[in-house]
Amino acid sequence: MSLGKTEVEYISRLAQIEVREEDVDGVATKLSNILDLFTQMGAADTQGVEPMAHPLDAVQRFRADVVTEVDQHEKLQAIAPSVTQAHYLVPQVIE
Amino acid sequence: MHNLTIKQMSEKLHSGEITSVQLTQHYLDRISQYDGDLNAFVTVTPELALSMAEAADQKIAAGDAELLTGIPIAHKDIFCTDGIKTSCGSKMLDNFIAPYDAHVVTLLKKIGMPILGKTNMDEFAMGSSSESSYYGPTKNPWDHKAVPGGSSGGSAAVIAAGLAPLATGTDTGGSVRQPASFCGITGIKPTYGAVSRFGIIAYASSFDQAGPLTRSAEDSAWMLNAMAGFDERDSTSLEREKTDYTAELGQSLKGLKIGVPAEYFGAGLDPEVETVIRTAITEVEKLGGEVVEVHLPNKDLAVPAYYVLAPAEASANLSRYDGVRFGYRCDQPQDLEDLYKRSRSEGFGEEVKRRIMVGAYALSAGYYDAYYVKAQQLRRMVRDDFTKAFESCDVIMGPVAPTSAFNIGEKSDDQVSMYLNDLYTIPVNLAGLPALSVPAGFANNRPVGLHIVGPYFSEAKLLNIGHQFQQITDWHKQMPAQYQ
Repeated sequence: MSLGKTEVEYISRLAQIEVREEDVDGVATKLSNILDLFTQMGAADTQGVEPMAHPLDAVQRFRADVVTEVDQHEKLQAIAPSVTQAHYLVPQVIE
Repeated sequence: MHNLTIKQMSEKLHSGEITSVQLTQHYLDRISQYDGDLNAFVTVTPELALSMAEAADQKIAAGDAELLTGIPIAHKDIFCTDGIKTSCGSKMLDNFIAPYDAHVVTLLKKIGMPILGKTNMDEFAMGSSSESSYYGPTKNPWDHKAVPGGSSGGSAAVIAAGLAPLATGTDTGGSVRQPASFCGITGIKPTYGAVSRFGIIAYASSFDQAGPLTRSAEDSAWMLNAMAGFDERDSTSLEREKTDYTAELGQSLKGLKIGVPAEYFGAGLDPEVETVIRTAITEVEKLGGEVVEVHLPNKDLAVPAYYVLAPAEASANLSRYDGVRFGYRCDQPQDLEDLYKRSRSEGFGEEVKRRIMVGAYALSAGYYDAYYVKAQQLRRMVRDDFTKAFESCDVIMGPVAPTSAFNIGEKSDDQVSMYLNDLYTIPVNLAGLPALSVPAGFANNRPVGLHIVGPYFSEAKLLNIGHQFQQITDWHKQMPAQYQ
């Protein structure tokens, strides 16, 4: 399977990862090699096999609906790139 | 001191012959002597280690100690450690001071195990060579031209070089066992869910499992006792009674049925590795084991299935790195999308970006069934192969990797070749089974590990098999000449 520029741009948008114009061909080749590996899966007859999400087929455990976390926003926000008045700062979204 | 077993170290600590401060200082001295060249640590924490060692000595003096109290440890830099940089080998987290401890770290701190530092690794645990770290590659102590394996390559190298007596690792597709094999040490990946994932930076959550890296199987058993157990903060933690992983040490292997899959010894396996593995299996036969042939027909489909599923999970897990709440943020973002895209593009390395993109693609509309669902179906078929094999044997033995350690730079441009290096370890992660690597000899003058895979919850049995093997062999006692 060979990916072209359009597919790389699409994947770049899905993954929110920038691919520079000059890197598109290289990225396309490397991703295509990996997708070629995936085509080997086609050799297996999986009809009727139930997809497996968890090795022990376990289900999600529920916990009591009670507060377990204490407020420690100052500690957690001390490692944030930009914070003001307990809010994370990002570039303006709404004009 | 660095040649003692954990039990011997503990006896000396408890009898007062040595103190934890002396033992910890001994390892800190070795780290400053050797790590400049080896690059096995991202961060060394001497002050913390010595203050924890002092507290451990007080615990021992007060008679409030356990076997591992006072024994220093190195943590893979994927385990969050409160107040200490936790980089996961990435520029993205180069500025990340973890605000809490991983559950495993909490458990080992409580016992009183001084933290020597954080070990180098493939970025976000995505790799088999520890070359993709933002902090540069770790070298293999046996041969500095070789990789130590990965992703827990730093942890494996510190054990092999005697820079720490114990180290933590994580194994998503082989990341404890393959570096253990490449560095000539012992490492076990427990049953999925046996060790809490809380505070371990997520790569592929349905595979990620932590395990010990040690010199001997006996040391691993003691360490796993301290690491494993139910944790309500991990939604896939297994609710089982506490297991004593040392309980079977010393049992006879008479009558042990060793499954040897014909598929494990096909094309691509280095002939010298094959000789080492076949010789090791013969040794276990001498201990009373009996070889039976088993089959794992879908083994070759495990690698492509894994490289769909793990990147798919990674693409979701790593969406949290957006430059907003923690981690790397690009300079002067123009708008929100620019902030996301540039922070991620500049903060992640090439292999991580590649896996996120592959994962996002595999999950995208139109490809979900062909890739993701198909891979999940194969995952069940691989698991069922093991279930069937274990009807006629107690454990499965074979190689951990098709070769001994390859050279630094040898595979870094060929991802698919690097991926295929994990063909023996990945099926075990798909199935969630426990598996051990014990040193079994050398191929091309580099160490080779014997892979011992067991049914769910058979860790104690696997560790005893490793222990019995280590009673009649001395591969685990050997150290590279320059580090003795």
